Amino acid sequence: MSKLFTLSAEQIISGVRNREFTIEDYIIQLLERINDIDDKIKAFITINDEALNTARKLDKKIKSQEAVGSLAGIAVGIKDNICTKDIKTTCASKLLQEYIPPYDATVVRRLKERDAIIIGKVNLDEFAMGSTTEFGSYGPSHNPWNPDYVVGGSSGGSAASVAALECTVSLGSDTGGSIRCPASFSSVVGLKPTYGLVSRFGLVSYSNSLEQIGPLGRTVSDIVMIMNVIAGFDENDNTTRNEIKTPGFVASNVKRPVRYGLIKELVEASDPAISKLVYSSLDLLSSNDCKWEEVSLKSDYALASYYTIAMAEASSNLARYDNLRYGFDFDPEGYEWNSYFSKIRNNFGDEVKRRIMIGSHVLLSGYYAKYYLKAQKVRSILRHEVKKLFKQVDVLISPTMPVLPFKIGENIDDPVKRYLIDTNTVVANLVGTPAISLPAGFSDNLPIGLQLMTDEMQEQLLFDVSKMYESVASIKRRPDL
Amino acid sequence: MMDEQVNIGIEIHCQLTGLQTKLFCKCKGDYRNELPNKNICPICSGQPGSMPQLNRKAVDHSCMIAFAMNCIIPPRMGFYRKNYFYPDLPKNYQISQYDSGGIGSVGYSGKLQYGGEFARIRRVQLEEDPGRLVYEADMDTSFYTLIDYNRAGTALVEIVTEPDFKDAAEVRTFLNKLTSILEHLGVCNTKLEGSVRCDANISIGSGKRVEIKNVGSFREVEKALNFEITRQKSLSSHSIEVKSETRHWDSERKVTKQSRAKEEEQDYKYFPEPDIPIILLSEEYLSSIQQKMPELPDKRRNRFVADFQLSDHVAQVLINNKEMADFFEAAVQIYYSPKEIANWLVSDLMSFIGNSKTEESSIALDLRIGPKHIADLARLVDENIISRHTAKLTLSKIMRTGQMPSQIIRESDSSKIHDERILLKAVEDAFESEKAAVIDAGSNPGVVNFLLGRVLKLTQGRADPQIALALIKNKLRKTT
Repeated sequence: MSKLFTLSAEQIISGVRNREFTIEDYIIQLLERINDIDDKIKAFITINDEALNTARKLDKKIKSQEAVGSLAGIAVGIKDNICTKDIKTTCASKLLQEYIPPYDATVVRRLKERDAIIIGKVNLDEFAMGSTTEFGSYGPSHNPWNPDYVVGGSSGGSAASVAALECTVSLGSDTGGSIRCPASFSSVVGLKPTYGLVSRFGLVSYSNSLEQIGPLGRTVSDIVMIMNVIAGFDENDNTTRNEIKTPGFVASNVKRPVRYGLIKELVEASDPAISKLVYSSLDLLSSNDCKWEEVSLKSDYALASYYTIAMAEASSNLARYDNLRYGFDFDPEGYEWNSYFSKIRNNFGDEVKRRIMIGSHVLLSGYYAKYYLKAQKVRSILRHEVKKLFKQVDVLISPTMPVLPFKIGENIDDPVKRYLIDTNTVVANLVGTPAISLPAGFSDNLPIGLQLMTDEMQEQLLFDVSKMYESVASIKRRPDL
Repeated sequence: MMDEQVNIGIEIHCQLTGLQTKLFCKCKGDYRNELPNKNICPICSGQPGSMPQLNRKAVDHSCMIAFAMNCIIPPRMGFYRKNYFYPDLPKNYQISQYDSGGIGSVGYSGKLQYGGEFARIRRVQLEEDPGRLVYEADMDTSFYTLIDYNRAGTALVEIVTEPDFKDAAEVRTFLNKLTSILEHLGVCNTKLEGSVRCDANISIGSGKRVEIKNVGSFREVEKALNFEITRQKSLSSHSIEVKSETRHWDSERKVTKQSRAKEEEQDYKYFPEPDIPIILLSEEYLSSIQQKMPELPDKRRNRFVADFQLSDHVAQVLINNKEMADFFEAAVQIYYSPKEIANWLVSDLMSFIGNSKTEESSIALDLRIGPKHIADLARLVDENIISRHTAKLTLSKIMRTGQMPSQIIRESDSSKIHDERILLKAVEDAFESEKAAVIDAGSNPGVVNFLLGRVLKLTQGRADPQIALALIKNKLRKTT
């Protein structure tokens, strides 16, 4: 049998429908693939023991000509901060290393309802706090293009598993670039949807006002397919937008006139190899109908604003991990409340502790106005600025990342330097707009991603442009594993 | 001379027991009578990834309370997180409200009249109740602590007053008024255990402010306040400075005790709850709530006075207990004799309830007596079929058996005795046994009533008092 694991979601679905192969064939190949290569990549934390059983059940249904869901056959890797009923959801943290959720996140429920198969739970930075997937209790994930390099993060497992052909598509979460960064670093497509388009119910909160769940895949069409299932109003998440109940996005090759705006400040601050590639990408996108211009976005304080808000919310979100209701085995005998809390919470990793401490600090009544309120002010100014730009252009373009993937362990003791690589991605989170990272090429065999951003709720435009770019850029390389 | 002015402010937490579900999830609002930790879900037990879903009915109910407290209701209301670590809080923060940056709590700057006074209402806010900590014996000596999250996430409304009360009795009067309002709004069954709780802060003169927490019922508030006032006064009379601190009311020992935790030093790190969007309270919405508001106690009392010619006092006593006021109106519907019925309720039924009332009881549950019984009783008295004395004796039997008064009268043949021959015999018997009194009658006008009492006793209360009285007076005239 051919290498089914290389197929896109669209190809899998049609192959299964036309009885070219069974879902079981496909799942077995994926499990073998994971078994063969995941020691090198470390994308997976947990493999779903039920995946093969589910596949067989679906095959039976297809055989007896019963109806199956639109995603029957698709194998999805789920970032391990998204709750899956009866499957461990660890957030790559010692505090949740034994945690088995009693419920499915809305996105997981919707995927299952369409007969997608959860193949397993994938790696991340602890509680999604990081941009490299080095800061989890299960150790770093490795870049499929070169295992000595970081895969990006925090949805590193989601990107690596898709790039390394260990699953069809995956779900990640993006708080300040956590989907787009690893998508860029591993040459896959990754979407951060409009804030409120996808339900966050069941996503273990890091920073509620910034983050969204989104898909990662090898093609734009695969992303559209997943969005059609996971997006839309959810009564369980009061922040979901109610104008879209059931989305009807299409992945078409329609050409439309588009005005592109290249964000000058972001391209100028990038690695030269990256900015060079961005300019040639713009040439590919330009035509008689599609013009590009340079635009200016003053986002000097965006990063500071982002980290202030994210850490403030995180410090409160992570307060519940006190090992009383769930967690790991620990005898509380002999501890008074406060000493017990301290003892337990000492199990957070250093990066998480750092963010909790800074976040608690900026919320103290004496500092609230100085930091948290100021960060919110920056956020609303930035929102205003971006709105203004979208009156001028339809799509904002920048490199997804200002740097190429770097070696695992590099700058690990310099948090500020690491925070700086999020500069290009945090804008979309602060403003709430959708943004996608598309494979744009390579420099020394290390991937480079192009970031496209549209105004809020303009996902269809984003998909149309992405499809257009995908076909002209024609990046067909697969990592050699 | 030291300023001895007592200043008391209170914070009342009332559960919105009129709601089917909790504030942020679909678990039952009524957590009572459940096995521990059975009335919980991923949301109210603080599971990772769960998010609050605002119960819109709770917003309606809290707006009603804000209206009843004559508060300003802002056009935009929002929730805030109050962050602190405590084992009864599943998330280690409480979703509450706070006034900041133009986003307020459901109501502020209100005032409420009680007795002849006004208390200013600082704010009304909607928040979630924590879980319950269960100790082996009491908090300080318990070897272990059990946590029951059944209550966690129940909707609470917090009402905070300015320090406008001068003594514990004022607070008690205010709380009676508030209880009646909550009952009339139908938002809180104040008779349920723990459905209303009260914290207080007290300072005397220019002394420091002391918080009293953990007062489990309104009845205890007065005791706790009186204890604390005495404590503070005796400290200052010995020139000992009153410390700013939090004290807990120990209902067993009837004292306030210093709390172990230094709660007043907490910084709650308030910030807007990001998972609940701001709620717009439009004028249309608010006027629809106002239209849905039931009649409030003050209006009802005025109506009772105007329509039923009740005295202010009687009307107020009825209104203070919504159940009693409802009882009254239902009885009047059945038999129109408002004053007679009100009298039965205020002077007789109330004392029965007073004797047997526990926190969780109500008239309906406790006593087998309803409006139809009192209406019937009033009719029997009005129509002179039985004396009021007989009626009173009947009352306790009604309560035990639930029988209708007319049926009891028929069965026990306890109708009044009008027959002068029978009554005359009783009068003669009374004169015979109370010879000394009869002799005094000339100088002591009270003897007539005393003799009437004897006659009533001899006839088991069945003597028609008017006829008996005439016979007694007549006989006295003859003997002297």
